[in-house]
Amino acid sequence: MTRVLDVRDLRVSFPTADGRRFHPVDGVSFTLHRGETLALVGESGCGKSLTSLALLRLVPPPGRVDPGSVVRLGDTDVLALEREALRRIRGRRIGMIFQDPMTSLNPVFTAGDQIAEGIRAHFRISKAEARERALRLLQEVGIPDPAERLDAYPHQLSGGMRQRVMIAIALAAEPEILVADEPTTALDVTVQAQILEVLDQLRRSRGMAVLLITHDLGIVAGRADRVAVMYAGQIVEEAETAELFANPSHPYTQGLFASVPRISGPLRRLTPIRGTVPPPAEWPTGCRFRPRCPQAFEKCVLAPEPLPVGPGHRMRCWLAEPDAASPTRREPVRATSAQPERSGGD
Amino acid sequence: MTAGGGALRGVWRASSGRAGLAFLLFLVLLALAGPLFLPDPFRQFGLLELADARPSAEHPFGTDQLSRDVLSRVVSGARVSLAVAALAVALSVTLGAGVGLVAGYLGGAVDGVLMRLVDGALAVPRLFLLLLVLAVPERVPLVALIVLIGATGWFATSRLVRAEVLRIREEAYVRAAEALGASRRRIIFRHLLVNTAGPLLVTATLGVGDVILLEAGLSFLGLGVQPPTPSWGGMILDARSVLVTAPWVGIFPGIAITLTVLATNLVGDALRDVLDPRGA
Repeated sequence: MTRVLDVRDLRVSFPTADGRRFHPVDGVSFTLHRGETLALVGESGCGKSLTSLALLRLVPPPGRVDPGSVVRLGDTDVLALEREALRRIRGRRIGMIFQDPMTSLNPVFTAGDQIAEGIRAHFRISKAEARERALRLLQEVGIPDPAERLDAYPHQLSGGMRQRVMIAIALAAEPEILVADEPTTALDVTVQAQILEVLDQLRRSRGMAVLLITHDLGIVAGRADRVAVMYAGQIVEEAETAELFANPSHPYTQGLFASVPRISGPLRRLTPIRGTVPPPAEWPTGCRFRPRCPQAFEKCVLAPEPLPVGPGHRMRCWLAEPDAASPTRREPVRATSAQPERSGGD
Repeated sequence: MTAGGGALRGVWRASSGRAGLAFLLFLVLLALAGPLFLPDPFRQFGLLELADARPSAEHPFGTDQLSRDVLSRVVSGARVSLAVAALAVALSVTLGAGVGLVAGYLGGAVDGVLMRLVDGALAVPRLFLLLLVLAVPERVPLVALIVLIGATGWFATSRLVRAEVLRIREEAYVRAAEALGASRRRIIFRHLLVNTAGPLLVTATLGVGDVILLEAGLSFLGLGVQPPTPSWGGMILDARSVLVTAPWVGIFPGIAITLTVLATNLVGDALRDVLDPRGA
């Protein structure tokens, strides 16, 4: 498989009022291959959206991608590009779909205008040709009456149609990678399924790689080839989708599954993960999930590196060490000494 | 439906906006078509028998000290006043929008320098600045007057545009455009400028009234539009000496100023109601 995107040790930082910097994305690494879908899953505030923005250097100032991070698109070192070279990559090699189709379209231009803008940012073609291509894109994303929608303003379109227009815009310059940041969060459940289906079809017909960012494990199940679970700025577990669902290993991933209701199987009480995600400036040292982790033990005061669990399956947890499986060490240690337990509310 | 057409329709639906718009339309038509049926504003009808003549059927607004038809001169003055106002406002809106866009989009040091300059400029009263410049040369050509008024009127506009740009650049669609590979120029002119068009249009309309008043004031002081070119302010200046014996010479241009400024303000307010329903 051709590797199209290689992200290594990505760190995004923001300055604090007292002159230090905190890192909402702290050492994220993953690769994306041609034609595959990687799902980046995590709660709000875990850094998944910032990760996606950093791929195109769209982190809003005063935030920045820290030196030492690597974002490699094929042979291109994205973090070293000059402004014009960077502009040529945006949209052309990585297309982005944003979370909220209500605000991500400019209210004063028609759908056709905005798709054509994406085309003409990268190809020297006439307005008429761009319009022609925009029409084909609208057909491709399955909008009814595409010719009519071409001249519609965003406020004249439904949420689902707007998201389809957003997808058409993201596809305008035929990128090899599509980043979809919570593409269905703002939509009805039935429309969600349609949008995901459109994305999947496009991936197959165009051979694109898709980075699907979501907080919804249900979306991941049918669509992704691999899943990376993010917590507190780091990828804590990564595996092929079937493997992850069959064998969730990181206590955080296990907690996520335990808190999702199941349709089949015996009826049981949902188990929430206690506590909330602490804000980036207050992340604990050592393992970041430690204060909320039911299986934390002494070694968790040290920060774990990604450790192998099985083939293609890694997690940032000391439990992955062979000797960690002994029952004595597995004994849960209530958030120990130095790190007082955080109360549930925020 | 275009946004501009919708805004105009909205103004027309409000009764005050309709009154203002109708008056301005009437004034523009009159200014353009006046020469077809009104006497030459420079023609003297007879210094001895027709100086300071009362309004009559032949001269509905009367005549001035030089026996010229006041109605003709008011209409002709409308052409000058409206042209000066429109061009000066066009200039100041362009400058203000340009500086505001650059400052707001680029931010940082550029923003800091530009806005401190604007702060400084705003601290100097505009009229004093104009008096100072206009009092030096013997005669001020009309073009120079327009440029001076335009060049001293954009400071507040630039701050308005900057504030709008700061708001709009945080909108998701601007980030989406950046993610698409849109160039900086494109983002500035397409996404930012077009989305500030509403407030800009309102300021421009209200600015026209201000400039008409300013130009009339300067002309009244003899520093604006130079005689013999008729202007409302200049006519009131000429009428000073006969204000008691022949008040019509000064009253009609005065009424013209008042009504025109009132009309532009009505249109501007109606426009604001249409384009920015949140504003008080």
